[in-house]
Amino acid sequence: MTNRSLRKAVRLTSSYVLLSLAALFCIYPALWVLLSSFRPGDMLFSETLLPTSFTLLHYKQLFENYPFAEWYVNTFKIAIISTVISTVLVMMTGYVFSMFRFTGRKSLMSMLLTLGLFPGFMSMIAVYILLNQMNLLNTHAAVIIVSAAAAPLFFLFSKSYFDTIPRSLVEAARIDGAGHLNTFFRMILPLSKPLVVYVVLMNFTGPFTDFIFARLVLRTPEKKTLAVGLYDIVTDRTKLQFTMFAAGCVLIAVPITALFLLLQRYLVAGLTSGAEKG
Amino acid sequence: MEKQSIIEFRRPFLSGRRTSAVLSILVMGAGQLNNRQYGKGIVLMLLHFAGLYAAIAKLPHAVWALVTLGETPARLEKVGKLYQQVMGDHSIYLLVEGLIMIFLMFLLLAVYVQNIRDAYHCARLREEGGPLHTFRQTLHFLLEYRFPQIAIAIPVLGVVFFTVMPIVFMILLAFTDFTRSHMPPAQLINWHGLETFRDIFRLRVWSKTFYGVTLWTLLWAVASTLTCFAAGFIIALAVQQKDIKFKKFWRTIFILPYAIPLFVSTLILRNVFNGQFGPVNDYLELMGFGRVPWLSDPEWAKLTLVLVNMLLGFPVIMLMIIGVLSTIPGDMYEAADIDGADGLQKLRLITFPTVMYTMMPILIMQFVANINNFNVIYLLTGGNPVNGNYQFAGHTDILITWLYKLSMEQGQYNFASVIGIFIFVLLSGFAIWSIRRTKSFKEERL
Repeated sequence: MTNRSLRKAVRLTSSYVLLSLAALFCIYPALWVLLSSFRPGDMLFSETLLPTSFTLLHYKQLFENYPFAEWYVNTFKIAIISTVISTVLVMMTGYVFSMFRFTGRKSLMSMLLTLGLFPGFMSMIAVYILLNQMNLLNTHAAVIIVSAAAAPLFFLFSKSYFDTIPRSLVEAARIDGAGHLNTFFRMILPLSKPLVVYVVLMNFTGPFTDFIFARLVLRTPEKKTLAVGLYDIVTDRTKLQFTMFAAGCVLIAVPITALFLLLQRYLVAGLTSGAEKG
Repeated sequence: MEKQSIIEFRRPFLSGRRTSAVLSILVMGAGQLNNRQYGKGIVLMLLHFAGLYAAIAKLPHAVWALVTLGETPARLEKVGKLYQQVMGDHSIYLLVEGLIMIFLMFLLLAVYVQNIRDAYHCARLREEGGPLHTFRQTLHFLLEYRFPQIAIAIPVLGVVFFTVMPIVFMILLAFTDFTRSHMPPAQLINWHGLETFRDIFRLRVWSKTFYGVTLWTLLWAVASTLTCFAAGFIIALAVQQKDIKFKKFWRTIFILPYAIPLFVSTLILRNVFNGQFGPVNDYLELMGFGRVPWLSDPEWAKLTLVLVNMLLGFPVIMLMIIGVLSTIPGDMYEAADIDGADGLQKLRLITFPTVMYTMMPILIMQFVANINNFNVIYLLTGGNPVNGNYQFAGHTDILITWLYKLSMEQGQYNFASVIGIFIFVLLSGFAIWSIRRTKSFKEERL
């Protein structure tokens, strides 16, 4: 073997080893929780990684002991509605800041960006009182409104993307007599598919993940979302059932993971195109 | 002659641009009516009376509420033969209601100023004989030429009421004595100036916690940003090598932790690293090593946090870097090959600078975001292990989780607000400075 091909072999082998190790670390927790969810009993502890017998009991328990099906419906409802609103708001804000020049534009942009840094629950008490005044406590509308209202703070990503769309395209559409809204919905949105997918994905996963604020607002069991419900299951000190928690994790992770894998192609494109323009 | 008379006819009832402006100062919309812009005038006038009603009926109460924060506490009162609890003023509700009123008044004031300017400009246009917009034309004009302002108005209003106002509210709380022992509606809360700020720096328990937690916050932000970046960079380089097979397969696997909801994977990892029954320690014991106190020893807990955060955070960075790598033209490497550069030189002189150029602003934003990375810490260690020398904080608490404990668990709202203001000051200057340096802000088409 020549020196050159030996070095190549070493490089490739070490690369594969590194990748496999990293992959193991990535997969292991997911695999572990999946296997635990099928394991009889309620302890996570086990002598073997592969359970000796499989059971679907924990999944059944979730639906019997908790309104898990309702949580599913709630989460999807909130996720879909708030995603639609938030996405339009984020895209619109980014579009306006990218395409138009008007007085106060830069200071408004800086203001929004700075506000985005403010720790969210600093203001939770005030938002809570506000929602109370609007009679929106323990409603899904509250969660939707609050997440949609905060969405425009994260416009920078969509703005950087729109900055790359040739201005002449927009001007051509305008000359052809398209109004601003028409241009936006008919031309800009179709042109920015990767961005839309990215923004939708980010907003859609929110209700599956955010539980701190949702927990404050949604009080009765039938109103909860998956995240709130599952967090309450796992922090319930009276009956710790790790295997059931594992089953719940699997049920939450499945739709999101499926969506990610399905949209992976766009995700990479959206992330990088936004990133390049930083 | 004919044309002349039409312009004559359309002149304002009372001439003079100042007259129109003064009329609009007296009553919103009056100047517009004088300019014969009836639609606009009527809309503004309705707004004027609604606003006037609000100002007379509600504003004094709002000002009183903000200044005093309530005067009558809840108390026992003799009703007939029995003492009964009677509701008093609720300071916190008064504060929020007062704030809403003030915000609405500012909004109205902005409309009022615009109304005067509009009356003045239109009257001048009239005097100069120019045609004025009809109501429909005005609407059309607004949609066409004021589109950005209109489109941005809804998001901005949402932000003002659900972000700005609550923030102002919280900032105000820093100047009150709102703690669990001063809790409405049982007690009134009072303004007490800068006392809370003084306490944080002067009282030893507080200042010790404050400096300790701040130091760990900064350390945490640096460590978690760097580890995520390094891991993402190395994995991206490894995957993107020309002769690595199954590129798509690898990328999909590495995205997996990113796809599982963060709070699920963090809670999973909390169990994986559990000292007593976690599988990691089980394996270590099986292999003959001792058990490691992953989450119960202060130093180990910090290390575990950085490790877990790296595991959860590197896929995004990796994806971005892969994107950047694919933009580097191949002939640069070919040229380098001809010049006899080895792999390390190519990495150091071509790949690394190119990646850094695009990733720098993102890294800075990541650093800023990590200062506020609540979720990982709250879900993994909850700020524990407990630190006996700290005031309501554990060894791994960063500022933001300390703030959470102070307000949500301990009811120390005024102290929490001071911490919040500190975080904000720490971040905002830094972030604006870096944002203004990003390309999207600097190299804008004009």
